[in-house]
Amino acid sequence: MDNAEIRPFRIEIPQTDLDDLRERLARTRWPDELPGVGWDYGVPLPYVRELAEYWRTSYDWRAYEARLNEFPQFTTEIDGQRIHFLHVRSPEPAALPLIVTHGWPGSIVEFMDIVGPLTNPADPADAFHVIAPSIPGFGFSGPTHEPGWNVHRIARAWADLMRRLGYERYGAQGGDWGSAISRQLGLVDPEHVAGVHLNTLTTYVPDDSAELSEIERSRLERRNRFRREGLGYGMIQSTRPQTLAYGLTDSPVGQLAWIAEKFEEWTDAAIDRDHLLTNVTVYWLTGTAGSSARLYKEAAATWTRTEPSTVPTGVAVFPKELSPPVRRFADRSDNIVYWSEFDHGGHFAALEVPDLLIADVRAFFRAFRN
Amino acid sequence: MTNTEIHSFRIEIPQADLDDLQDRLTRTRWANELPSETFKADVQTGPVQPGWEYGVPLDYVRRLVAYWRDGYDWRAYEARLNAYPQFTTEIDGQRIHFLHVRSPEPDATPLILTHGWPNSVVEFLDLIGPLTDPAAHGGDPADAFHVVIPSLPGFGFSGPTHEPGWNRYRTAAAWVELMRRLGYERYGTHGNDAGAYVAPEMGRLAPDHVIGVHVTQLFSFPSGDPAELADLTPDEQGYLQFLQFFNDNMSAYAKLQETAPQNIAHALADSPAGQLAWSAQLLSGTGDDHVLTNATIYWLTNTGASAARFYYEDAHAERPPEPTTAPTGLASFAMDFKPLRRFAERDHSNIVSWNDYDRGSHWATQDAPDLLLGDIRGFFAKLR
Repeated sequence: MDNAEIRPFRIEIPQTDLDDLRERLARTRWPDELPGVGWDYGVPLPYVRELAEYWRTSYDWRAYEARLNEFPQFTTEIDGQRIHFLHVRSPEPAALPLIVTHGWPGSIVEFMDIVGPLTNPADPADAFHVIAPSIPGFGFSGPTHEPGWNVHRIARAWADLMRRLGYERYGAQGGDWGSAISRQLGLVDPEHVAGVHLNTLTTYVPDDSAELSEIERSRLERRNRFRREGLGYGMIQSTRPQTLAYGLTDSPVGQLAWIAEKFEEWTDAAIDRDHLLTNVTVYWLTGTAGSSARLYKEAAATWTRTEPSTVPTGVAVFPKELSPPVRRFADRSDNIVYWSEFDHGGHFAALEVPDLLIADVRAFFRAFRN
Repeated sequence: MTNTEIHSFRIEIPQADLDDLQDRLTRTRWANELPSETFKADVQTGPVQPGWEYGVPLDYVRRLVAYWRDGYDWRAYEARLNAYPQFTTEIDGQRIHFLHVRSPEPDATPLILTHGWPNSVVEFLDLIGPLTDPAAHGGDPADAFHVVIPSLPGFGFSGPTHEPGWNRYRTAAAWVELMRRLGYERYGTHGNDAGAYVAPEMGRLAPDHVIGVHVTQLFSFPSGDPAELADLTPDEQGYLQFLQFFNDNMSAYAKLQETAPQNIAHALADSPAGQLAWSAQLLSGTGDDHVLTNATIYWLTNTGASAARFYYEDAHAERPPEPTTAPTGLASFAMDFKPLRRFAERDHSNIVSWNDYDRGSHWATQDAPDLLLGDIRGFFAKLR
């Protein structure tokens, strides 16, 4: 049997799983919380209750399952791991292949609204063939079955996937972990990667940096505050993900709270509730809280100082990003050929400001079309 | 009006709550895990058992959930707790639950003992007999204590809390008030883990009442100045390595609880398996029944969230810059965080007793009760 085979895939969740989810939501035992503290202690109880109630009584998974199934989906085994991906060919024969990678706590659901405009734009010269894989351990590429699915290994798998699909020259785009993976893909497959577009990039202040400008200082302070106050989830996921996994896998509101908080804290404006719940439902139904969290541990185990990249790179900076990058520091490690600063938008750009992201991706890749 | 009344209390969990727990355990939806043979160390080299490198392993949680549901007898532990006189009283707006066991010896010294996280008053159950009635336990009646064992605010039957600010300092002030209400003029204080944060602060707050502070950890850390770390002995280097390992691998639960306790609260309140695993990360060495009795108390009182908040409150508290001055004793056990004396003396200016033991762990009441008991007796014998 050829494991490299690419098989069509459709999401078809058994009704019993959906019934079980509803029953669990109805049986939720709620925690207490302090009155009047807002978001200071984490995601507030009334916020989660309201979302959970909507999830149980009104949210329509089948409608979103059908929407996701409108995209051609496939699975293939790479390096021992089942990889699920959307593969949406543009009607334009000269379209540029683009592999788009989500992060945590996201999924391919982030890309529901950008696949159409990317594959079938008003100006045919801007067309892409879109490949959007689920990261190993996430959603329908989950769970993983062995250690070591770090950023490097995922990037090698993506290069293999693009080779299997017959794409000789392609672009890569991503935010969050998808940014690290896309950047690494440029490093492991430089002969085929035409350019990399990132909407997350962490830059570090070098020891020899001169005086920081005001905006640089404010970005550094934002990063430091995130590291001080916002990194508890990352620490537990990078050290003891399994300890966390039991509660998140057994309790849908536990999983909901763990994810929904990020979609509030890391965004500029509220994102669509149904998109958020579709994303959470994918984590829940695939039981991948633990295996998605493991990416942090696998990546931490192989973390090294940023390897310099010579691949042409474009960066879109959204102001509510957790740790917005500083251009002159990015220039030291990356071949930055394109840089956009936006005055709104946050960490989940594809969901929050799809039009800005699409326009930026098009503008960046125009330079790399034949 | 402040209500200072002290009410008798018994633990009487409705059968419906136990049935609900059993139902939820039966319906546990299990997490997957990596096969442990793909990552586990061949031999244990640090505080982590082989197979626990990614967290609490599935076979452990499955085994304990099955035992919790089918074998573990909560009613037996409830009866054991109820064998001791228990009370509640409201202090500083918070209901405080405590065990209060008087010694038969009229000259006994009052002693308040404070438990840690994710523990409870259960931490001290095995010590109550020998502490209050040494004569009946092969000891010297001169070593007798009247013991007061409160549940930390937000923990178990002292939970949940209803307002911010229940950090170590406010808790210490509440304990001073509790001892005053009980009519104790001169008393000792002992603490482990979170209790070892609280006990020294009682000495600071009530120097005229606290005769001595006995703890099993002094949480004093390097300030970051490399000069402090010159001329370390090999033992001290080992202590710092233990601390570093713990910080790097085991401490994220604390960081999460210090910054966003409500994010984990929903899973802990809704999933007994989740609460069990969260507790077992630190408690697993203490034996199945001890782990489960604590997890059951957290579950039945639904205080996973409010207990986690202790970390948040403490991390957001202002620290007094001066060292404590009350006579202080440390009993330090082999498999535990061990402070360096230079840092401990920076934070506590009157350390009069410092004993290192070659066995025992962070939960010394469970694995070295004889050593702990001897150390408490020896320390307070000189201060009575």
